[in-house]
Parts: sequence; structure tokens; C-alpha cells
Amino acid sequence: MALTTTPRRSGTSPDGEQVDAGAAVRAASTGRVGSRVFAGLSTGAGVLILLTLAAVAVFLVIRAWPALTASSEELGDISWFNGDSVAEYVGPLIFGTLLASVLALLIAVPVSVGIALFISHYAPRRLAQSLGYLIDLLAAIPSVVYGLWGALWLLGVVDPFFEWLSGALGFIPLFADYQAPAKNILSASIVLAVMILPIITAVSREVFLQTPRLHEEASLALGATRWEMVRQAVLPFGRSGVISASMLGLGRALGETMAVLMVISPGFLYSFHLLQPGQHQTIAANIASKFPEASGLSVSALIATGLALFVITFAVNFVARWIIARRAEFSGAN
Amino acid sequence: MSKRIDVSDLDVYYGDFLAVEGVTMAIEARQATALIGPSGCGKSTFLRTLNRMHEVIPGARVTGKALMDGQDLYGSDVDPVTVRRQIGMVFQRPNPFPTMSIADNVLAGVRLNNRRMSKGEQQDLVEQSLRGANLWNEVKDRLERPGSSLSGGQQQRLCIARAIAVKPQVLLMDEPCSALDPISTLAIEDLIAELKSDYTIVIVTHNMQQAARVSDRTAFFNIAGTGKPGKLIEMDDTATMFSSPREQATEDYISGRFG
Repeated sequence: MALTTTPRRSGTSPDGEQVDAGAAVRAASTGRVGSRVFAGLSTGAGVLILLTLAAVAVFLVIRAWPALTASSEELGDISWFNGDSVAEYVGPLIFGTLLASVLALLIAVPVSVGIALFISHYAPRRLAQSLGYLIDLLAAIPSVVYGLWGALWLLGVVDPFFEWLSGALGFIPLFADYQAPAKNILSASIVLAVMILPIITAVSREVFLQTPRLHEEASLALGATRWEMVRQAVLPFGRSGVISASMLGLGRALGETMAVLMVISPGFLYSFHLLQPGQHQTIAANIASKFPEASGLSVSALIATGLALFVITFAVNFVARWIIARRAEFSGAN
Repeated sequence: MSKRIDVSDLDVYYGDFLAVEGVTMAIEARQATALIGPSGCGKSTFLRTLNRMHEVIPGARVTGKALMDGQDLYGSDVDPVTVRRQIGMVFQRPNPFPTMSIADNVLAGVRLNNRRMSKGEQQDLVEQSLRGANLWNEVKDRLERPGSSLSGGQQQRLCIARAIAVKPQVLLMDEPCSALDPISTLAIEDLIAELKSDYTIVIVTHNMQQAARVSDRTAFFNIAGTGKPGKLIEMDDTATMFSSPREQATEDYISGRFG
């Protein structure tokens, strides 16, 4: 066997097979070049991502370094700086950023999942399609427009609602002591929620549509109503997808600048008073508001807060991956 | 715990397209009835009309009568959900819920009925159903593992366990062995032989030996050509069908001359 399967080189063959062998080798080699080029391109693209990420991280660390190592007297010379160190300064900002984003997620995820389910499993096809387009359109609105909308329209609309909320549920510290105008973190979160709604809805809808027909039919054949089928087959299948979608939305909410800047009246407190102005600020909005007049060490301090945002975003994504991986065995993937 | 089904003049449509025409058939209780015929002849479509699963496809509808022990399955006051709770179904490809454990898969149907069960009752039902599907000995030590960790044949028996856990009157099987190897197929066929003492079974199969092995009665469906509706050609005791069918088309099909 070994003898007969020895590869034949072109030229060793005595007859016309020589040509065929040559052609085969040529075809194989162009194929090999093609796949090598493609492998190179895709590896290059992958490496490029890592390089960009590393470049951003390195830039942030280098530029933040002066502020990170500065003494409290030096930092105290910055007019708007409060606290004795960068960590002390950025703490309330991280708190405000996370609070605003988490509130936005709490509002946006249930609504998004509802819309996505309606589009994928309830709406008649034509309505579903146009609704889908409409939702995607929301994603195309610039965030500064959302900010305008929030500041000029939403604040007035939510005012009576907040008034009522504070009156009815004011015994809970979260909702205590509402002060008009509604330039508080809850208003900012509502604007953020509307902004991240499209991405969460779009991804969830795609995931729900991919529920295997087999599993839907398995559920229906057991005598499930449509809602029971959704609960039994669609939602468990889409669970990891909805988590991914939420993390995408959270990423956007964490970094959102204009909408928050235009709505919220800033403050630097660890405060859970959602309905009071002057309590919270987010990292991104803070950078945007301080950056135009910053120079020297104050730029460095702002960049240090940016580094904190970078790390938070990273951590959020890792946690999301971990949540998804933990139940991979029970996912629809196998 | 098993009922007969009488179908008369049943037409099945997908939108305006007539897929199956004029089926009249009696499905006896506690017997296995096999539906055979070439691909596209409408036997699976017909099977799905028996538990109103075919309505899941938009535009699909039915005219004619289907009675289960005299109760009209298509009566205006009958909810398809109720029909499906009484007439269980096993599909061509095993479809346990991948997000549930083996035990939860078995209990999936019971939980839908919103019946409150104690832990003990649940465990009993899981064991009883898995034993009924000849799967208990293979999975009793790993009931909390995902259903998708089983082999194809085991998954299909898990689906049968899930279907019988709700104690249906009738069990429909749509080519239950076509995705399985011969040994798993044998396991399912043995199971069908046992199940028919308790349930009315209707099985669609492409495998004529299988029809001959497992069924008491056999119905042969055929189609005149593409775009034409499928029809029931004849139905008789399985032994008669495979030895001396009345129709030429049946004989051609079972002797392998077409299809």
C-alpha cells in the first residue's frame, strides 16, 4: 500500500499524466496562496483589535499617571477638584455612572424583551416588519438629539409623575423628597433607557426568531398556550442572547455623554435619592463638561476618570461572558 | 386511558392549496395504526391535523370531521390547547428542551397544566414515565443533567416519556425513528409494542418493515402528482395490507416498485 500511494511528482510520470499532475499542483498552490492571504488578513484584523485596545489602555495610563501620582495639594489647586486623591474624586462618579446605567437597564430590558417577543411571536408579519424598522430607526438618532428631547420635553412630562411617586412612595428613601425641575438621575436613566432600547430589542428579536421550530412545536404539542410556549421554549433559548444584548446596551449607557450632560444637574455624592437634583454625575458627562477648560494636571485627572470607565466597561463585559458561560451546557447551542 | 378517533371526509388546506383530500378513517383504541406512503403524500400533514398541530402553520385549515370518542376535535368551542393535552405527539427529530434537565423535560407537560405537585409526586412521575419509555435504567443517576447530553435514541425516548407523562388518550408519532440508528430504532419499536396496551398509537413511517412490525392496522396514502392532493388509498389490517392489498398502487408501493 505504502508504495502505491507514494505521491507522484510532475515529471516522473512517463506519459500524459505529467500535465495533469502539474495542473493539479498549480491549482492546489493557488488555493494555498488564497487561503494563506485570507488567514493573514483575518489574523491581521484580529491583532489590530488587540493593538488598538492596548494603545488606548497605554494612552490612558500614561496620560493619567501625573494625576494618579500627584499630591493632594497639587490636586487641590484644580478649581473643581474635590477629595484628596483621584480615587476619592472618581468614586462618586463611578457610583453615578453605574447607578444611571443600571436604572436604564432596569427600565429598558423588560420593555425591549416585550417588544422583541411581540415582533417575533405575536405581531402579524407586516406589522412586525414595520415595527422592526421603526425600532432600528431609534438607534439612528444622535444622542445630542436625545439630550434635547430629554431636557426640553421629557423633564416636563415626568414632573407630575415624579411628584406623585414621591408623594405615594416617599417613605422609601429612593423616592423621597422630589424637587422640581426633574433634573435628576431617574430622568437621565429614562433618556438612556430609550437610547439603549433599539440595540437590546434588535438583538433579542434576532435571538428569539432563531428559536428552533422543533422546540416551539414540542411545547405546543404538550398543550402549551402561546405564552406558555414562549416561557418554555423561547425565553430559555434566548436567555444568553438577551444577556449579551443587555450588556451591549449597558456598554452604551455607561459611555453615554450628551444625553446625561443635558438632562442631569450634577453632584458628587454617594446618594440613592433618585428624585433629587445635584446628587449624581457620570464619568463621561463629567469629562465632557470639564474638558474644554482643563489644562495640565486637570486634563490628567479627567483622563484618570476615563481610565476608570474603561476598566468598568471591561469588567462588565467579563461578568456578562461569565454569566453566559456558566450555563452554556443548558443553552440551545448543543 | 385511550380513545378511538373517527375521521370523515377530512380535507386539509394550506391557504388555498388542498394538501390532503377526503380522508375517512377509523383509528381504533389500544392499537397501533401505521400511516405509510411516499414522501409528500400528506401522511404527516394528516397526522398533525389529529392534534390540531397543523394549525400552527399560518393559513393552514381543515374541513370535515374528526371525532375522538364522539367529541368533535374541531368543534367551535374546542380549544386546540385542550386537544393537544389529550393527544400527545412525538416528532421526527428528537426535541427535548435543551435548557432543561432530563427530569424537568419529563415534567414539562405536567407543569403546563398548572397542577401543584409535591416533590415526591414529581419524582414518582419522572420515574414512572421514564420507566414507561424504557429509559429509566440508563438515566436514573443523571436526572439533573441536560436533556441534550443524551444520545439521539435516548433523546427520542425522553420525548416519549415527556409525552406520556401527561397521560394522553392518544399518542401520535411522526417518523419517530427516521433520525435514529437501528439499535435505537429497535428500542423504540419495542416500546411502541408495550405502549399500545395503554395508548392509542398512530405512527407515520417510511419504513415498511417497521409498519409491518409494530402496527395492527395500516393506512396507505398516495399522491397523483406534484400539486395534487394526497389521498388515503386503502386501510386494512396490517397483515392483510402486506399480503393481499386490494389496490394495485398499494401493492406496487409495498413491493418497492415505486416511492
